[in-house]
Formats: sequence, C-alpha cells, structure tokens
Amino acid sequence: MPIFLGPQSIVTPMQLVFVQFMTGLASAASLFLVASGLSIIFGVTRIVNFAHGAFYMLGAYVAYTLTEQLSGAIGFWFALLAAAVIVAALGCLLEMVLLRRIYHAPELFQLLATFGVTLMVEDLVLLIWGPEDLVGPRAPGMSGAVVMFGKYIPTYDLFLIALGPIVLVALWLLFHRTRWGVLVRAATHDRGMVAALGINQKWLFTGVFALGVFLAAIGGALQIPRDAVNHSMDLSIIVEAFVVVVIGGLGSTTGAFLAAILVSELNAFGILVFPKISLVLVFLVMAVVLVVRPWGFFGKPQPPQATAVGNTVRPWRPLNRTELTIAGGVVLVIALLPFVLGNYALTIGSEILIFTLFAASLHLLMTVGGLASFGHAAYFGLGAYGAAFAATAFGMPMVVAILAGPVLAAFGAAIVGWFAVSLSGVYFAMLTLAFAQIVWSIAFQWVDVTGGDNGILGIWPDAFASSPSGFFWMTLAFAVPALALLQMVIFSPFGFALRATRDSELRSESIGIDRKRTQWVAFVVAGAVAGLGGALFAFLKGSVFPDFMSISVSIDGLVMVLLGGIETVLGPIVGAIVFKALSIWLISQTDYSKLVLGLAIIAMVVAFPKGIVGTLADWRAKFDARRARKLAGGVATAAVAATVLGGVVGTATGTLTDAAATDTSHRNVAHRNASHQEIDR
Amino acid sequence: MTRLLEVENLSKSYAGVQAVKGVSFGLDRGEILALIGPNGAGKSTCFNMLNGQIRPDSGAIRIDGDPTLGLPPRAVWRKGVGRTFQITATFGSMTVRENVQVALLSHTKALRRFWGYGGAADIAEADRLLALVGMEIHADRAAAELAYGDLKRLELAIALANEPKLLLMDEPTAGMAPKERIELMRLTAEIARREGIGVLFTEHDMDVVFEHADRMMVLSRGVLIAEGPPTEVRRDPQVQAIYLGEGLVYDSRHQDAPASGSTAQEAH
Ligand SMILES: Nc1ncnc2c1ncn2[C@@H]1O[C@H](COP(=O)(O)OP(=O)(O)O)[C@@H](O)[C@H]1O
Ligand SMILES: [Mg+2]
Repeated sequence: MPIFLGPQSIVTPMQLVFVQFMTGLASAASLFLVASGLSIIFGVTRIVNFAHGAFYMLGAYVAYTLTEQLSGAIGFWFALLAAAVIVAALGCLLEMVLLRRIYHAPELFQLLATFGVTLMVEDLVLLIWGPEDLVGPRAPGMSGAVVMFGKYIPTYDLFLIALGPIVLVALWLLFHRTRWGVLVRAATHDRGMVAALGINQKWLFTGVFALGVFLAAIGGALQIPRDAVNHSMDLSIIVEAFVVVVIGGLGSTTGAFLAAILVSELNAFGILVFPKISLVLVFLVMAVVLVVRPWGFFGKPQPPQATAVGNTVRPWRPLNRTELTIAGGVVLVIALLPFVLGNYALTIGSEILIFTLFAASLHLLMTVGGLASFGHAAYFGLGAYGAAFAATAFGMPMVVAILAGPVLAAFGAAIVGWFAVSLSGVYFAMLTLAFAQIVWSIAFQWVDVTGGDNGILGIWPDAFASSPSGFFWMTLAFAVPALALLQMVIFSPFGFALRATRDSELRSESIGIDRKRTQWVAFVVAGAVAGLGGALFAFLKGSVFPDFMSISVSIDGLVMVLLGGIETVLGPIVGAIVFKALSIWLISQTDYSKLVLGLAIIAMVVAFPKGIVGTLADWRAKFDARRARKLAGGVATAAVAATVLGGVVGTATGTLTDAAATDTSHRNVAHRNASHQEIDR
Repeated sequence: MTRLLEVENLSKSYAGVQAVKGVSFGLDRGEILALIGPNGAGKSTCFNMLNGQIRPDSGAIRIDGDPTLGLPPRAVWRKGVGRTFQITATFGSMTVRENVQVALLSHTKALRRFWGYGGAADIAEADRLLALVGMEIHADRAAAELAYGDLKRLELAIALANEPKLLLMDEPTAGMAPKERIELMRLTAEIARREGIGVLFTEHDMDVVFEHADRMMVLSRGVLIAEGPPTEVRRDPQVQAIYLGEGLVYDSRHQDAPASGSTAQEAH
C-alpha cells in the first residue's frame, strides 16, 4: 500500500500517525467483510470455511474481468456487485455439492475439504487469469484524494472507511429485523430448535453460506482499486480473517468489526513502531486472546460439538509376531534400495522417510490425542533451524547437530503446548496455527540470526552421509527407531492414558488422569519427533528456510495422516509415503498439481474418510467375519455360536454400518462422539 | 470414628437458579443411601460437587475426615471415590477390558510409563471386575458398540477399579429393563456390603430403592425435605405431596436411555 506523503515534504509525527490510522481503517473494511462472512457461516453451520479466502480472491478476479467489460461509473459498481453475486452462486453450488455431505464429519475433515477447495481455486485462477498480477481500474469519481490535516487521504479509502459501519448496520438489520435473519440467529443459538420449528434447515444453511461467500467476494472485489489482484490473496486474507474471527469471537459480527479494525491498525502501526516484529504482532495478539479468553471478546463459550477426530470401532492392537516380522522385512527391503535406485530416487526416498517422521508425530497428537494441530510444521522447522544453528554457528558434528534439532523443537513444543492444551477443537487448531505463524515470522524477520528469507545455507552432511545412498541409510537409521518409539508410546500405558483423554475427558479425569499434563507430554514428544525430521531435512537440503514451517507444510501433514487413515495406527506412515511420492510425481507431470491435489483431498474426505489403511482394515475385517461365519455354520447351536462370535460379529456389524453411505459413516462418528460426550456436568 | 462421608451445608446456584440449597448429610461405610427427587431437583449437581466436578458456592465435604472441597475430580478419585455418570462416559475406542485396565493402571500410577503394552497389564484383575458385573463375555468388544445397559455395567466395573471406599452412582440403572435394574443394584449392594463400600445413588425406580437402600433422602428443588429409612420416608406427607397419588412409584418409563446424541444432550 503506498502511503500518501501529502503536499508538504515535512511530515509531522501526528500526521504520519493519522495517515497510518486512516490506511488501517480502510484496510479494515475488506477484512471485516471477509471475517464477518466467515463468522456467520461458522455460527450456523459450524463449518470453519478455509475456502473463504479463495472466494475473496475469486471476487477480485471476477470483478477485474467484469470491470474490463463494463465501463462508466454504473458499469464499475455493477461489475463489483455482479462479481460478488456470481461468486456467491458458486458458493451455493459448493455448499450443495460438497458441504452438505460433510456437515456431520469431524471438524478436521471439514477444514481439510475446504482447504482442498482453496488449492483447486488457486490453480483454476492461474489457469483462467494467468500468473501475472492484474491492476484494476480506479473507482470512477473516487480516484482523487481529500486533504485532511494537511495530508492527502484517497477518496476511495474514505469510502471504504464509511462502508464498514454501513455493512455492520445492514447486517444488524438483516439479523434483527427480517424473519430470515431472526431464524439465522436462532440457528446460531441452537441448531436443534430450528429443526424443531419445522424450518427447512438445508436451505437455511445454503442461504447463510451464500451470504457469507457474498461478503467475502464483495470484500475482494472492493480491493481492486487499491491493490493489484494476485493469486496469493487468498491465503493472506484467510489467515487474517481467522485471526479476526478468533479475536472477535466466532459467530459475532460486531466482534468481527472491532477485531478487523484492531488487526488492521496493528498491521498499519506495526510496521511503523515495531518494524522488526511487525509480522508477529497480530499472531501474538491472537495467541494472547486465545489463552485468556478462548471464545473471543464477543463470542460465547461453546460446548465441544464433536471431537476433532473420530473414534474407531475397531480397537487398536499392537503388531503381532507375524506382522512384526513382515515389518522387519519391509525395513530390510528399504535398506537395500540404495543398491537398485539412482541418486535422484534416493534423495526423494530420504525426503519421504523424513516426512513419515513428520506425519507419524502429528498422528500421535491428532489421532491418539485428539488434538489436530494446524501448526505442526513449527516443530519441523525448529528442528531444522536447531540443527542448522548447531552445525553452522557452533560447528558441531552432524550427528550431534541432528540431535540438537529435536531438543530445540521439544523446547518450543513445551512452551506452545503449555498454552494449547487448555483448548480443544477449532480453538486448539487456531492457537497452534498462530504459534506456528509466530515462529515463522521470527525466522523470517530476525534476519541477523536466521538469515530471514535467505535462510541458512551450507549445512553439509559428514562424509559418510554425503552421498545420496549414505544419507538414505542415515535417515533410515534415525527414522526406524523413532517410528518404533512412537509405536511403543501409542501402546504404552501413557498411550492409553492419552487416548483416554481423547475419548472422554470426563471419564479420564474421574479416574485420576490429568488430561492437560498427559496431552502436554504428548505435544512435546510429537514436537521432538517432528524436530528430528526437520533436522534431517536441513542436512538433506543443505539449507533451511522459513518456508519449512509454512502453513502449507502443516496442512500437508494433516493430509498425510488423513490419507493413511485417521483412525489407524500405521496410517501416517503409509499416508506420508503415498502423499509425498504422489505430490513429487504430480509436480513433475503437471503444472496444475494443486488442482489435482485439491480434488484428491476432497474426494478423500467425501468418499474415503477412512483412508488407505482404514479401508484395508475394513476389507480384512469383513473377510475375517465371513470366514468366521462359515466356520460357525458347523457348530451345533446358534446360541453357542453367538456367544463365541459375539466380538467378531459385533466388529463386523460396525464395519458394515460404516461401509454404507459415506455421510452415514460420518454421522456415526458424530453420534458416537455425542453419546460419549461430557454433558452431565 | 468419623463417618465415611460428611456433607455440610452444600449450596450451588447457576446464574440465579439455586440448584442445591444447604444440603447436609452423612454416609457410613457399607451403607447404601438413595437420593431421590424429581428431575431437576439437583441430584446430579450434588454428585458433581461430591467428586469435584463442580465447585460448590459454599459448604464442606469430608471423606474419612479429609476435606476434599476444591480438589479436582482426579484428586478426589485418589481418595477412594469411584463414580458412574448419568450419561455414561467410557472410552469408546478401547475394548471393554481396556477401559477397566486404564482405570487399574491409573490406580497403580502406572500411566506415566512409556514402555510395555498397556493392554497386557492387569488382565486378571480387569477380567475379575468384568466378571463381577457380568461383562466378561464382552471383554474384547469396543466400548463404542455396547448397548446402553452394558455401558452402565462397564461404568460400575471402572468405578470399582481403585478399590473405592465410596461409590457415587448417578442413575445407575436408567435405560435398563426392570429386571436388569434389580439385578445391577443387587450386585452393587452385595459388593458394597462385602467390601464395606459406602454407596450413594439416585434412582427413579422405587422398587429398586425399597429393595436395596438402607436409608433414603428426598431432594426437592435443591432442598433435602426428608431423610430416613425408606419405610418411614414413604409415609412422610411432604414426600407424598411431591409424588402425588403415585404411591411413590413414579413412572420409570420416562427415564429411558438416550437413544442418540441429540436426546442425550437434552437429558440432565
Ligand atoms: N450447567 C448448568 N447450567 C445451568 N443450570 C444447570 C446446569 N446444570 C444443572 N442446572 C440446573 O440445576 C438444576 C438441577 O439440575 P440437576 O442437578 O441436573 O438435577 P437432577 O439431576 O436432579 O435431575 C436444574 O434446574 C438444572 O436446570
Ligand atoms: Mg440428574
């Protein structure tokens, strides 16, 4: 954003403050529109719509195209409005085709599905509008500036500043003075009630989603006279909108309004006052709010709707002797790969091994502990930087440096985890995300120590690991024990305690388990293992960059766990291998890998929620049940058979129900959770 | 010798609603005490205060003479208080046996161990407890797929895992068939008498109360209005006024098990 420095060359501090303040206010308008849409959608549908940023971006692009076609003042304003309407219609379509199928799915699935939509939109935008930034026209009649306190303030900014409160009032009127609005508020307050009143909930949800998307799209469209339209608009706005909604309180429009101003002003003044930590500032505020008042300033404490991940109907068991032998065989085969694979393949192999560590550590937290972290990449990155510092600044030998990584990561996880385990569900996800962004910002802005965007270079492995095969073996030598350790933890008494806190906080606290302490320890263990992955990654790449802990790395981890099978033990390992291999292959095959990946994520969430290992386990259970039934045919009395097979048949029944329509299986998950929920407080 | 449980002047209000007002009572070892009262009388609130789930506004609670006020549930549990919930709370992703094993591991403070297979620990003791409540045939099933009555029995087995001195059972038989109710309470009474465990339970089926309670208390709108042996309490005119004309057996059919998540939300 260019800052108008005004008619005179001498700028008084007061004037500077005033200009920054006005710029902040103007930015707040769009942010408010997007955030209020996000908030309204969440309030009614309980979906945290990650795709909201994508709709914002689409609003800008469509508006750009329309303003190219339509001229004149009327044409311009009509173009903005029409763009928002078109995008809102797309939103309707998305709601009907995708979201209706996943309303009952665990939160994590919803977040991932809408993230998949974001990925797709990013590539579609690239496909349709090309990679260049597009500069839209100025608003007719508002291209000038007004002199205030001896400074030029763009007229369009003044228009935006006025628009914010107008939209706030309009929304208030909509929600308090129209029948539809009152219904929406009723639904926000108590979803069951609306169903009980006989209102068609389906279309209420669709309408609310369309309204939310409209707000996002108009927010985007309104940006075109201020900023070039580009294809990274979506992620930057969605992260800020999340921050706004969390600070203001999920479901509160007024909260979103005030928080949007707060965040925009923090951004405007942060650069001025704390240039060194300007990026951290916003996330710092959000983290503080989440810790002190998790439901935001204007939100209300929400009872947990459903756990972040579903419960399994097939209780876990450790590998038996045969399976262990097979696993050993697999490791042996992998260890022999350097004799058949080329250098490039081995480097990719090392990378895949590293990401199995990342996924498996996240799995401990999200599947075993029920805590879906959206910022797990922070510990991967801390591990990488830890190793990099140890190797370059302190000149430690490689193996020591690799162990320094997990130490730094565990330290970071201990601090973040301390705060994060007080929260659950979406709030836990947001706080972990906020902390990850803070760590990322530090790596990005603390240039003296971290090298900033240029990263730290020259992290070379020792001679024995300098060849691709040597490095592969070393990675394997670290990864296998670490993965075995995680398996051991999952089935240890501690692992049971962790799962107990996930299944029922109420029951676990009433049999002497300290939930917070248990989950905190899991957070630290998961952080340390992710850090080991990061440390290895640093030596694999020979360098570290802030991007190692970007949101997309965190999301990749979630997708790996989901792909492998969220309710399984071995899922993350399989998921990491398949995901990493596929995405590397995709990038080599097509320029539109995000499109394919996004589509794959959505397909997975909708049609394949149990992932690879989960589905395989289903097949196996069905097969076992059929065999058992055949055997049972020979037994004399049905009663005896029923007793003997009680367990097996029971499992099979569960499997069959889940194998029915996908959304039914989601619903089962939701119901099971609900029936185990702590209501009787 | 002090009594097992001493409760003095316990009060709790929610945003203006006085849920429990000045409740005082005591409970001896091996004694079975029923707390009855219409829905919303404050029974669950009492239970939640006793095990530390909810902090009372005022009052005192002593277990074996130890004040427990302000302790979190896990600390109250360590003092030997087991409880079951009105709406069952079990570990759905674990087998029935593992549910009990977790409680046993917690009792021996073994849950901090990172090594060894938790599912192999205390199997004999877990199976003994499961047999005690008649759940041994379900030991390997996932708790998530149990019938409601079986969940209630599992809860009892879990509650017995720390060799409790005091059992708090909030509507232990809700959602069970009449025959099952009598059976479960008979079992509970037998264990309690044999091991000297004090039991406080709520129950809507008066047949069950008269059959097994040594003493009963009646709670109405947060206030204890009667207390004594069941035969005396049933004659109390104030109590009869509450259960007008129903001869103290009020309809237990309204207390059916929550069939799904949504009804479970509404039941209190
Ligand atoms: N968490 C709560 N918030 C507000 N009111 C509550 C809460 N829990 C219980 N109450 C109220 O306290 C009273 C007693 O409830 P409860 O102890 O559940 O009764 P009972 O178990 O005897 O049916 C009721 O009026 C109920 O509505
Ligand atoms: Mg109750």
